[in-house]
Parts: sequence; C-alpha cells; structure tokens
Amino acid sequence: MAKKVRLKPRGRQTDSRDKNILSDLINPDPNRRDLLIEYLHVIQDKFGRISKSQITALAELMKLSMSEVYETASFYHHFEIIESSEEEKNQPQFQVRVCDSLTCQMYGSSKLKKGIDLLSGSNYKTHNVSCVGRCDKAPVAVVGKNTIEYATPTNVDRAVKNKEIKPAQINPISLDDYLKSGGYSTFKKCLANKLHRNDIIEILKNSNLKGLGGAGFPAGLKWEIVSKQKKSPLLVVNIDEGEPGTFKDKYYLETEPHTFLEGMMIASWVIKSKHNYIYLRDEYHACLDMLHSEIDKLSRYFGAELPIIEIRRGAGAYICGEESAMIESIEGKRGMPRQRPPYIAERGLFAKPTLAHNMETLYWVRDIIEKGSDWFANHGRRGSKGLRSFSVSGRVKNPGVHLAPAGISVMELIDEYCGGMLDGHKLYGFFPGGASGGILSAEHKDEPLDFGTLNKTGCFIGSAAIIVLSDKDKARDYALNAMKFFVRESCGQCTPCRVGTEKATMLMQSKSWDKNLLKDISTVMRDASICGLGQAAANPLDSVLKFFKHEIE
Amino acid sequence: MIKEKTPIKFTLNGKEIAASPDSRLLDIIETEGFQIPHLCFNSNYRADGNCRSCVVEISGEKTLAPSCCRRPENGMEVYTHSERAESARKMVLEMLGSDTKSDQATKKNHELRDWSEKLEIKNSRLPTNIDKRIDDSNPAIAVNYEECIKCTRCIRACREAQANDVIGFAFRGKESRIVFDLDDNMGASTCVSCGECVQACPTNALISKTELTQKKQKVEKTNSVCPYCGVGCLLTFNTSNNKIFSVTGRDGPSNQSRLCVKGRYGFDYIHHKDRLTSPLIRRPEARKTKEIIPQESINDTFRVGTWDEALDIAAENLKNIYSKYGSKALAGLGCAKGSNEEAYLFQKLIRTAFKTNNVDHCTRLCHASSVSAMLEMLGSAAVSNQVSDVKNTEVIIVIGAKPSVNHPVAATFIKNVIKDSKADLILMDPYRSDLARHSKYYLQFRPDTDVLLLNAIMHTIIKEGIHDTDFIEQRTEEFDKLKECVKEYEPEKISAICGIDPETIKNVARLYGKAKRALIFWGMGVSQHTHGTDNARCLISLALLCGHIGKEGSGIHPLRGQNNVQGASDSGLIPMVYPNYQSVTDHGVRKKFEKLWGQELDSNVGLTVIEIAEKAFEKKLKGLYIMGENPAMSDPNLNFTREALSRLDFMVVQDIFFTETAGFADIILPASAFAEKDGTFTNTDRRVQLGRKAVDPPGEAKQDIWIIQELAKRLGLDWQYTSVEDVFNELRQTNETIGGITWNMLNEKDSVTYPYTSNSKQSEPILFSESFPTRSGKATFVPAKFQKANELPDKEFPFVFITGRHLEHWHTGSMTSRSEVLNELEPEPTVSLNPEDIKELNINASSRVSIISRRGRLDANLRIDPNVQKNTIFMAFCFADSAANLITNEAMDPFGKIPEFKYCAAKILPAN
Repeated sequence: MAKKVRLKPRGRQTDSRDKNILSDLINPDPNRRDLLIEYLHVIQDKFGRISKSQITALAELMKLSMSEVYETASFYHHFEIIESSEEEKNQPQFQVRVCDSLTCQMYGSSKLKKGIDLLSGSNYKTHNVSCVGRCDKAPVAVVGKNTIEYATPTNVDRAVKNKEIKPAQINPISLDDYLKSGGYSTFKKCLANKLHRNDIIEILKNSNLKGLGGAGFPAGLKWEIVSKQKKSPLLVVNIDEGEPGTFKDKYYLETEPHTFLEGMMIASWVIKSKHNYIYLRDEYHACLDMLHSEIDKLSRYFGAELPIIEIRRGAGAYICGEESAMIESIEGKRGMPRQRPPYIAERGLFAKPTLAHNMETLYWVRDIIEKGSDWFANHGRRGSKGLRSFSVSGRVKNPGVHLAPAGISVMELIDEYCGGMLDGHKLYGFFPGGASGGILSAEHKDEPLDFGTLNKTGCFIGSAAIIVLSDKDKARDYALNAMKFFVRESCGQCTPCRVGTEKATMLMQSKSWDKNLLKDISTVMRDASICGLGQAAANPLDSVLKFFKHEIE
Repeated sequence: MIKEKTPIKFTLNGKEIAASPDSRLLDIIETEGFQIPHLCFNSNYRADGNCRSCVVEISGEKTLAPSCCRRPENGMEVYTHSERAESARKMVLEMLGSDTKSDQATKKNHELRDWSEKLEIKNSRLPTNIDKRIDDSNPAIAVNYEECIKCTRCIRACREAQANDVIGFAFRGKESRIVFDLDDNMGASTCVSCGECVQACPTNALISKTELTQKKQKVEKTNSVCPYCGVGCLLTFNTSNNKIFSVTGRDGPSNQSRLCVKGRYGFDYIHHKDRLTSPLIRRPEARKTKEIIPQESINDTFRVGTWDEALDIAAENLKNIYSKYGSKALAGLGCAKGSNEEAYLFQKLIRTAFKTNNVDHCTRLCHASSVSAMLEMLGSAAVSNQVSDVKNTEVIIVIGAKPSVNHPVAATFIKNVIKDSKADLILMDPYRSDLARHSKYYLQFRPDTDVLLLNAIMHTIIKEGIHDTDFIEQRTEEFDKLKECVKEYEPEKISAICGIDPETIKNVARLYGKAKRALIFWGMGVSQHTHGTDNARCLISLALLCGHIGKEGSGIHPLRGQNNVQGASDSGLIPMVYPNYQSVTDHGVRKKFEKLWGQELDSNVGLTVIEIAEKAFEKKLKGLYIMGENPAMSDPNLNFTREALSRLDFMVVQDIFFTETAGFADIILPASAFAEKDGTFTNTDRRVQLGRKAVDPPGEAKQDIWIIQELAKRLGLDWQYTSVEDVFNELRQTNETIGGITWNMLNEKDSVTYPYTSNSKQSEPILFSESFPTRSGKATFVPAKFQKANELPDKEFPFVFITGRHLEHWHTGSMTSRSEVLNELEPEPTVSLNPEDIKELNINASSRVSIISRRGRLDANLRIDPNVQKNTIFMAFCFADSAANLITNEAMDPFGKIPEFKYCAAKILPAN
C-alpha cells in the first residue's frame, strides 16, 4: 500500500482569512458558548450561507470543537451550510421559502411552489418550510426576511428579482404612547415595593391564568415554585410560536409589545430574576428589530432598575418551542428536549431554576393585576374561566386572532367571531390546537374549547389554533401533512418520535391504512417519547383512526 | 465523612425496595433479577435515555419512564412488565431493527440483535429506510451507517470520556446521524483513532477492522497492561491460536476502560515478520562502521546460531574483556520497556558479574533532570499525586508536555475536569497542543526560557504576598535564597525574552497562587535541556512556595514516558543507585547489598547513557550488554553515537527486532515482547501493575528473564530463580517502598499503589502529607538562575530544532513502525514548520527539505503546522529513515546528565 505522508495536522485546519473575517465581523467571545447560534445568524445574514471553512474558523475562535459547532448549525433549518464559499457563488444571498403547513396546503402551497420554480428557472431555489405564522393570509412565502401573504408565483418572483427582502413595517404602540396611557405603572409599583410578591402570586392564582403556549399549567403556581428555589432564578420568554395554525403571539407582539414586556418585568421582579431571555422565532423578523429598539428605549428609561434582557433568535426549529429544547437552544446547542426530572423550575437554563413562559401568558399579567383576578376569571363559557386568543384559519370568512371566552364551542367561534364558514363550505372537522392537537369532526362542533375539556376525544386545544376543514377537505390529507411536519421538526433524539413519525408518514400514504401497525406506532410515540412533540405527534393520525375511519378504508 | 443518604422506599413490581436516592432504576431492576433491554445506556458513560428501550411504567405518570435515567423516589410504584411497558419496549426494538441491517457475522457483541432475540422480535413489520453508506477511510475503524441506531454512545465516548470531541450528532429528525467533525470522512477528520467509540458501540456500526476480518474461532482473554506509555492502562488481550487479534480497555485505576490508538491498535507488532526468532552471530568478516545495517541485509552480517552457541560466545567475550581491561571497560544498558524483574536482574548482573555500576537506561534521556531536582529538594523522585487526582484540584498547570500525544489517556482525565468546569488549565509550551483549546491561559513561551518565566511567576507570587507562609515556615528550608534569587525576575523585565506579556504572567501567578489546590504536570519539554534540572527546580519551588504539595489535589507530577521508566529506575537501573535510590557510594548501603548478593561491589558511581557512548568512542569502554535499548536512534548526535558503538570490541543486544543498534552487535539474542511474558510494571502514578503472558514468543525467541539468567550462569553467577515471582520477591526485599506488595495481591488486584511497605500494609496515593523524606523532614528551596541553551541559533543556523514524539509512535519506533494501523496513520518522517516561516523561506509547502545542524543533516517532508512556534522546527525522533537525533546536541545537564534534545540550532534548505 502506498504510504500517505501526513503533511498537516489531523483534520481541517483553520483558514487564516476566514479567521480574520469572522474576528472582524463578530469578534466571538470564547466564554459565551451560548451565543453560538447568534454568531451563526450573523454569518448566515451576511453571506446568505455558512461555509464549512467558516465553521472551522468559528470553532477555533470560540474554543469549541468543529463537531460542536457543526451539529448545532446543521440542526437549524435557517442555516444553510455549504462545502466552500466558492460554491454557489451566483446564488442570491437569501433564501426563498414556501410554507407547506396545514392552512397553506389548503390554499395551494404545492401549486405555489411549482409555479415559483417554473418562473425562477435555475436562478434561485425554493425550499419548503413549516408554518411561518401567517395562516390567516395563506398561502405564504418568505423571500429573505420579507413575508409575502396571499403569495402567488408572480408576486414572489417579483420580490426575488427586486431583492425585496426586508420585513414589512409593523406599527406597534410605542413606549411613549404606552407610558402616556399609564403603561408600566404596575411595574413601577413593584419597583417601589408598593406591591407584594406573594399578593401578585395570589392574584394570578385566583385569575385562573394558565400557560397559553399550550400546556395550560397555572401561571401563579409556576411563579410560586420558582420563587421557592434556593438558587437565584432566570426568566425565559417563549415566543417561538411555531405550532401550525398559531399566530396569536405575533399578533400581540406586533400590536402591544409593552403590555407583554411589562408582564415580563413584573414576573422577573416577583421571582427576583436579574436576567431575562426572550426567545423569538426567527420568522418574526420585524418583531426582532422592534423588540431590540423598544428594549433599548426601556433600558434608557428604567436604567439600572431594568433586569438584563437578552433577545435570542430561533433558527427554524419548531421543537425549540418546547421549553427545555428552547433552553438548550439559548445555551447555544441543538434544540433537543431534556429528560425530566429535573424540571426546569428546579434546574433549567444554565442549570439554574428557570421560569419559562409563553409570551401571551405574560401579556395578560398587567391587566389581571390592574383589573383584578375576577376580571379575567369571570370570562368563560360552560364552566371554563378566562379568555383565549384563538388563531383561526381555514375555511372561514374572517380568519385571524379572535379573543373569546374559554369554553366557547367551535361553532360559536365560527359564527360569532369569524363571520361563519366560507360560502359553499360546510364544517367537516377542525384542528382544535394546531397540528399536535388532533382533528375533531363536525360532530364535536359544540364541545367546549379549553384546557382539558377535549381529553376524552384524545385531542387538546394547546395554543388554541383552530384550523377549520370543510366538506371540500379530507382529514387524512391534513393528518398526513401534520405527520410530515413532525418528521421535519422531530429533533431526532428518541427512537419513538424519530422513527415513528417517519414510518407513520410512509404508511399513511397508502390508500388503505394498516390500522394495527399505525396504532402500535402511535402508542409507543405517546407512551415513550421524551417530549410533548413525540407524545402528541400521533394525535391527528389517531383522530383519523377514530373519527374519519371512512376515509381510510 | 460523607453522610449516608437516607434510603428511598419504593415498590418494584409490587415488592418493597429500599435503595439509595442516587441509584439508578435500571440497576435496581437488574439486581432484582428482572431483565429489560437497554441500548443507549452503558455504565461507562452518562445515561442519556434516548433509545427508550428500557422504559418502565411508574404509577401516576402520564408517560413511561426510561429506567436508565430515573432514580427511585419515596412511594414510587414501578412496574417493569406491565403490558404497556413491554409493548413499548418491543416496539422500540422493532423500530430500531427496521432501519438497520446486520447480516455481517461479526464477532462483536451486538446488543440490538441480542435483545431482539431475547424479546423474540422477528422481522420488522415497518417499512425500512436504511442508510447504506460505509466509511472505511480510517485505517483502524470502519463506520457502517446501516447498523447505526443513533444511540449516541459513541458521541459520549468521544466527547465526554476521551474528550476528543470529534464525533457529533448532526442534522435533525430522521436525517440526524453521527458525523466526524464537519461530516468529514473519519479518516480525514481530527479523529485520533482511540477506538473508544468502537468499544462503546452496541452494534457493528463502529467496528475495528481487525474484528471485521476475524473469522469465528475460540477467543481467549488475558488481562494485562498496555505495553506503551507511562499511563499504564489496564487492558485485555483477545487471542486465538496464539495470536492477538484485538485489545479491549479494562477498568483500571489509571484508565477506566479507556485506551489510546497505540494501546488499542498497536498490538500487532508482536506478530510482525521482522521478529527475531533465533540467536544471531556476527560474521567475522562483517566490519563495523557507523553506517546503519538495513533489515534486508541481516544475513550478510549475521548468521543464525543456537542459543548455547550465542550465549557461550557472549559470555566468553565479556569475560575476556573483564579479565583484560577490568570492570571499567564494561557496561550495560537496560530498558524502561521491560519489567521490574528484568530491570532488577539486569542491574544485578552488571553489578555482580561485571562488578561495575556502569548500568543505565533511557530514564537518562527522559526525566533524569527531574529526578535529580526532586531528590535534591524533596528527597524523593516519585510523583507526589496521581493523575486521577485532577478531579480534586482547582488549577492544573501543564508545562513542557503534550499529554494528549504522549499520555493520551491521562490527558482525557485532565480534559474531563476542565470540560466539567471543575478546574482551570494553564498550559505552558512552545507548541500549541490541543490542550490549548481547553486552557484558561495558554502561554506559548519561547523555547529555553522556562526558568525566566517560572521565576517571574514566583516573583509575582512573593511580591503580591500570595505565597503560603505557614507552609514555607513549617515544611521548607532556604526560602530566603529563593526570594533573593527571583527578586530580579520582574515580569516586565523578562516579558520580551520569553514572549509572554507581563499581565498574563501575573494572572497565571495569581490563579495558581490563590488556588486552594493545584497540580503541576510536566514532561520532557522541561527536562530535556542543559538546564533541565533548573527547570524542574523552579517547578518544585513554585509548588512549595504556594503549599501546593502534600495534599489531595495538590502536588507535582513529572509525566513518565515509558511504561516502566518509573519501575526500572526504582529497581536500580541507574549508575548512582541501587534499587530504591540507595546510593552506591554509601558504605552502609553497599554492605547491605553485598550481603544480599553475596559478593563485593563497586563503590564508584557508574557511567550514564551518554558517558557510555563517550567512553566507547574513546575506546576506553570495550564491552556492552544492551537489553531493549536503541541508542543508535535515541541518543543525541547519532553520528557520534553510532561511531562510538562501532568502536566497541564486543556488544550483545537482546531485543525483539533487528534495531538500528542491533546492527552494531556481535551477538543478537531474540527476546520476548510484552504480551509474551509475566512481570510487574510501575506506571507514572506509582502503581505496580501485573502484565500477564497472552501468547508464546515466536520461534526460538525467549523470555528476557531466562536470557539474563542463562548469561549470568555463564558469567559465573549462581542464580536460582524459578519464576518471575521469585525475582519479584527478592526485588521487594531491596525496595521497602513496595515491600508489602505480594505477588498474590497483584494477581488479585492487578494494580497496587506504592508506597506500600511491609509495615504500613497500605497504599499512599499522596506523598509528603506529613513530611519529606529528607534528613530534616523538610523540603529545600533550590533557586535557579536563567541560563541559555548550549547552542543558540545564529546567522548560519537560525532555527531552533526541537524533537518530540507523535501520537502513533513510541520511542524509536521499533515497535510502532511495525504496527500496520499505526504505521498507516503516521508512516513517514516529517518536519513541522509554522506556515509563516514556510512563506518567508519561500519554499513549497509540500516539498522535501533538508535540516542541517553542526552535527548532521537529514531530509524529510515538510508539514505545515500552525501550532509550531515561529522560528522553531519540530520533529519526532521515531523515524529511522530520517533520524532526528542526527541533528540534536549531546550537551548535557550537569546534574541529571540528560542531553539537550529540546534545543539546538539548525537551518532548513530545500532538499536536492
């Protein structure tokens, strides 16, 4: 055998040019591994791609191993890794993404993609992506950071050619206006110790405010548990809104960011957290810039009294909406959920006790404290308490975010808030809680929609994303779409979810389903997956087996 | 004392159990006699709970729980065999089986297949999707993705155990899979081929190629020790038909089942066709010159003889020299690779048959200077703390050492504590090794300036008053001398010379000085200088100054190079001392040994390695007996050494290969390799460990103990050792520090730390906790002033030439260059140069160059290595084709008599 002389040390070596470029561009801090994803964003934003040579250099600058950087970068779909920067030089420095999740599929996303591909020739490539949170304006495509609602091949192609890649302007209530209308007076009372921490916790408990990200855990109780931990806690806000069909957080963020920020700061004060993290899904580009500038203003306004607030960008991973995966992601790692116990309230971000909240939950805190727990709890129908922000999309006349009493039925929601079904469409079924909440048939039209009320059907309302199907739709098509979504979004860590989602997708494509085998897959996913994604991913599949049997026989 | 935790009471399948809160459900389940599968869990690594094959049902919990990750809680009701739990586990195995393929009848344990068989899972009902790629780019290891179940055991092995950080878990969901670096081929990655991933893998996804080709046959296992470096990893030789085909790491105190590439894949040298299998006798017409005789021309120079013939000729010639020229004309060079028993017998033979103390071995070339400084200042030359003590420390200094190359498994334990943020690392070395990435401070100081740098650190510590005055007062002497000496070494003053900015020097001084516990590890970057003893003195002073010695997590540790360099030294293979460092010039000591050995002994200190060569060159030394050493490669200034060897009247070489040195011999005796004999070996941690015979020596090759005895007999010595154990028992009479260790104890425990005296009957892992073994019981500060190296770069020879080692090769390469895997990984000599130097020299980056010093020249390929400091050349000394020691300087440290391998002047030219 010919001997191969080793003419350099083992493995890839850093290119000093890349090292210099990255030093100038990001000047990475080797003691801040948690910023790895932020650094990757800077490279991706600047070059439109991340080359392996850049990863090698970044690893050296951050004193990380190459594999640590690579496994993180390759986990997130918004990072496009290429072999060398010479490659694909002529490609545009931004991505063109077409949403293919539930509502967009309903509104012709596959035709849209084909149409764009036809127009683009080979000048640019399109990628399918999961829900980008504009389901009320489906179908949707994203050019760079510019989200195009009611997308057509023509308007997408025009945006690409004109390099219209900036996010559309949003016009939220500014800090000045918020202050003028009495904003932050409750937080100021906290700072002045005019309110008591325990009282606030009591108010929250009595209000019946629950975690509105989908888990429905009582907020007051959560604050209490975290407050009792010995180590000083951290606060993490989850705005990784990614459940297909959900866009309520975006709605509140784009309109009233300070109501949420005040809630966050009150929570931070109550649990005595000095460091808050806001994890924002990368698709909400306009919100990112807005949050940065509003928080800058806040820190000028409050000075040292404001806790440290760090905004972290997600990078295209639904799983990071799962709180422990989000924590991993904030730590700069792959978004893989953690085993529990320990619960994150005891040992969360950076191994510290952590209060993690969905953004909307915090949004209600100020009003509940100011107006009293009863004000919130008195809303509700059929025995449920409180308000729910339903993201409604699909076959209704007025899709959008509709604030309605908890316990409302889907029929009431459609009729009272959404202007009824689209003309010529009849209610056939609906997703009560995004892709993971399962699918109910029209016979469930009068069931109350709230946490726990749908247990007997195997479904849940989760983030209250209602996708309405009509007699023009087949449930199995959407169950398959949901399962494909979970294949794409499963982190790949545990066997039931990684293998189960994929196998189920394969089996669900045949005309008549192997019901026993699919049932076995769904059972092991539900029973033995590490996190909620895997445990719930089979819900739409189970729903079809239960409520839409006629479609699969 | 750790308080016993209150046991947890819970029920398992209805039975009440009390268990520690830290215990693992899976372990309890197995102890209770229930069998459930587990694949991603392996007790050597952190439980990850990803495969879900060990899930159990816990009452009141919505989902099943992975028993590998869960701990018992009071009142918990656990059911292992509920229908739900059983069917989930079966389904998980079915799922894993559906995406993997394993028709290959490989001999490795296949945990997925075994569990699937146990649970009677036949063909998977699921559609399959098999990743068919195979990566066989690594010479030692094959990656079969079609067998990978993504359990990440290999990642935990690579990242969390070995801390090599090569394997990662990339991509997402069904696309997720293990990758090497940036999804590179394993062979093109930074992988160091330690094989831990193979040992960890529960299927055949990662498999040693030697196992792939192995047909099914009866396997025998022999528990033994690794033959390579001083770390002393315990391992198992897997043999069949008198052949080793693989090696498995064993849970030894120094390795916890880990091995490095040499230990795991470097075993095949013992079956190499080049093995000497019969005694060789030099043909009378074969003249000796300084030229090396190549392996192919053995028969031109030597003829095969019988053992009797060879031994008779050897004895007769040595006796003749003795009677004609006296003891002074004879010497012996023993070996740090052999056992304690071999070392002991060898020095006894030289001292009793030749009646001279002219006996030395390669410790002279490694840590002689460290030893002289330690004996002088502390009264003992042993490491004060073991490597495993890193888990108890706050700050670790590694200076003049590349442990991840030369003590790879020890390095993993250092990296483990750094990665777990349990300690900070300060690395000081002109070469930027991979430890730099893990260090809090990396000081790439200029070669030769150790004393400057260390004195400046001590200067800062004293100036800022962070030295340990109580310790200095109670445990040391002559502090004033040190204080006076380091006064002038202000960081600002010396900064420009050693190339480290003053603030860094001060920060390092503060970090080390203020730590509650700190350890110093050093290697030959410290010792192999003409001021090697001074370098070591500074390090010892630094430890004494801060009281960082004599307690858990605090101490000093010169990393011993070869597997038994500690033991060979302890056993008296040194010209100044008998076993256990008892001086040959001490009348009382000598009388004791004269009584034991039954004859009069030489009262003069003998010759050291380099002095032996010098005397041979001057033709004052006539006869030499060499066991296992290879001075024609390992000595400095080889042109001189080889000439010297050629001038000897008579030389016997006992070795397993025809080494470069053997070519100068008159008689060559074919000896046994490590795995062919029993014996004790002492690692760098002072652990005496038992090596056991796994296979027979080839042909007529004999065990070294037998050879030494046969020669002794013919030299008129009446030795009656019937076993290795006999020799060990005599050895421990002469060395009280191991006096309490018995052969049976070693057989039972495999590894015993000394001191373990016949009185104390217990090991002392930490030395000097009460006092130092000096007359006063105190340690002495010995200050050192900065001195320059013997030969400095100048206009003609502008570069500093530094020698060292490669991960894959050991010593002079006589063994490792005959290992297929190791040789394929690192086959050819190269000289490493910084890319900026290459640019300035205007030479082609992948060209051949000539290295020239005042003593010699060599040609080799250029290796671009940004880790090499500018203006220095690095070269490993293991390649016979381009022997680095042709260039090196034989100038010696006056105390340790160690040559300056780490510094001489050289120039580089494009090769012709």
